[in-house]
Amino acid sequence: MSPDGLEKTAAMEAGPPVLAPGHTYASITDKISSIVLLQRTKRGWWFGFAVAFALFMVLNAAIGYLMLIGVGIWGINIPVAWGFAIVNFVWWIGIGHAGTLISAFLLLMRQAWRQSINRFAEAMTLFAVASAGMFPLLHMGRPWLFYWLMPYPDTMGTWPQFRSPLVWDVFAVSTYGTISLLFWFVGLIPDLATLRDRARNRLAQMTYGFLAMGWRGSARHWHRYEIAYLLLAGLATPLVVSVHTVVSFDFTIAVVPGWHSTIFPPYFVAGAIYSGFAMVLTLAIPLRQFYGLEDFITLRHLENMAKILLATGLIVAYGYVMETFMAFYSGSTYDRSMIMNRMTGPYAGIYWLLITCNIAIPLTTLWSAKLRRNVAALFVISLIVQMGMWLERFVIVVTSLHRDFMPSAWGMYYPTIWDWATFAGSIGLFLTLFFLFIRFLPMISIFEMRGLVHQVKEEKA
Amino acid sequence: MMRHPLYGLMAEFETTDDLLNAAQRAHAAGYRQMDAFTPFPVEGLAEAIGFHKTHVPLICLVGGLIGCMGGFFLQYWPNVIGYPLNIGGKPYNSWPSFIPITFELTVLCAGLATVFGMLALNRLPTPYHPVFNAPRFELATRNRFFLCINARDPKFDAQKTKEFLQSVKAREVSEIES
Repeated sequence: MSPDGLEKTAAMEAGPPVLAPGHTYASITDKISSIVLLQRTKRGWWFGFAVAFALFMVLNAAIGYLMLIGVGIWGINIPVAWGFAIVNFVWWIGIGHAGTLISAFLLLMRQAWRQSINRFAEAMTLFAVASAGMFPLLHMGRPWLFYWLMPYPDTMGTWPQFRSPLVWDVFAVSTYGTISLLFWFVGLIPDLATLRDRARNRLAQMTYGFLAMGWRGSARHWHRYEIAYLLLAGLATPLVVSVHTVVSFDFTIAVVPGWHSTIFPPYFVAGAIYSGFAMVLTLAIPLRQFYGLEDFITLRHLENMAKILLATGLIVAYGYVMETFMAFYSGSTYDRSMIMNRMTGPYAGIYWLLITCNIAIPLTTLWSAKLRRNVAALFVISLIVQMGMWLERFVIVVTSLHRDFMPSAWGMYYPTIWDWATFAGSIGLFLTLFFLFIRFLPMISIFEMRGLVHQVKEEKA
Repeated sequence: MMRHPLYGLMAEFETTDDLLNAAQRAHAAGYRQMDAFTPFPVEGLAEAIGFHKTHVPLICLVGGLIGCMGGFFLQYWPNVIGYPLNIGGKPYNSWPSFIPITFELTVLCAGLATVFGMLALNRLPTPYHPVFNAPRFELATRNRFFLCINARDPKFDAQKTKEFLQSVKAREVSEIES
């Protein structure tokens, strides 16, 4: 199989190839497994891990102090009883959804460009859900009673309020975390076997061997495996929509102006995919740079992700326009007042920064194919989108709470150093887990890339 | 030295087409107890070695139904029978508000059933298997394709099967001990 043949196939498709030409099953296996199985860890990894771990320690300090003193160390008050904790929770869960979309939905849509990004995107989901899941527990006034949210047989004869979105959240996020973990681990099994067979020291061999569970690539096993994988993808896809819908229900079920809106479920889901793909780009660009993976994560992948950013950004923009339009069209004093407050009130600066980050910058730049293929520009845009999406959650939570129906109940919310510490710390947790992942596990799905080489060969033949 | 009984004959191939071809010819020749080993799933291979129906989808469905009914019942029982609360005369069986949890538990139980069902049907974890003794078998997770004909197959004959495998363009044919 000459490299020329593969180049011709790539040239026949418009745009950059999904897999750079010239790769074989062996070269892909060796390239990806060598990143994990090297004897000495790269210096750059140690540096990144040190920064991430330091932030993680900040998180531990913040949580420790929170448990000691209570939620009063945060800036929450009456009327703004929900502050950073809920903003961060929604932001992290939203980020997680893109990983599942790439793994599950793009698999069902038979998109070949999913193969090289799905492993680390799904890992990103897992770690984002881990970071998110802490906040509902931390933000409780009595976190030691968190288990009351679960329907366990208790001596008080009481049950959780199954009609409440907060309880729906418990089930939704737990299901999402479990299914993502299963999906990710099942996808890893053949690659763990690859690492087991390639490992150079005994400890690595035994650990990967144990986790690979004796996988030997049997055709019968592959048959069941593929069916199970497709079924899991089919199950995970509706989760993308349902979990963030349930999260949006946390707001819509309330009567507060600016929250009680039927546009929230689709608007939240689109926003989740928007911020999630931005995070995938933020991770993919340095990874391909530092680990030399440009052959696998090509400009085609980056451009496709940028297109999805553009599409979901447009849906989010539509959400903003509709919110504003409906607020005026409804004729409700409270809704009109709420939207005027967002645009001209004390938090107006945040609102307009949000519009700039989420709409003005990405939706004017991502139309250009040249910018979509400019790696540095994409990296900057992805960071801007993530910041914008965080600001959006902040605007939704704080501006609606701080001025609702009764002016006598109006107040202000100012985050404290502990709010920021917990937020930065959650980023530290995410990055720590991610650095561990890229050091010890293959960040690109090896067997699926081999399948891609096979597919390209078949198409050429 | 004790002689280990023979497990089977392993043939190594360099391309998927060679392996598929060999598997189809072996099936046509009457061999049934065989398995193929590849670094990625190859379409048509499972059928070629005679494997057709799997029960994984059924397990997934059953798991999903258990989750669905269990989830609904979990909410129905406390709210209708065990501890009904009259809130403004609203119905006890407020089934629309029971849908999110029911849906999530359906997906959860279906997913768990699928994964553990697939692993159980594949008899994984299996720490030891004789095929790992084949020479160069670690290439089954890299770039080589293997076909193994079990010694327990009724048509197996050490000499004739070896000749057959050599005739289907195997790169190497080797005996595996149990």
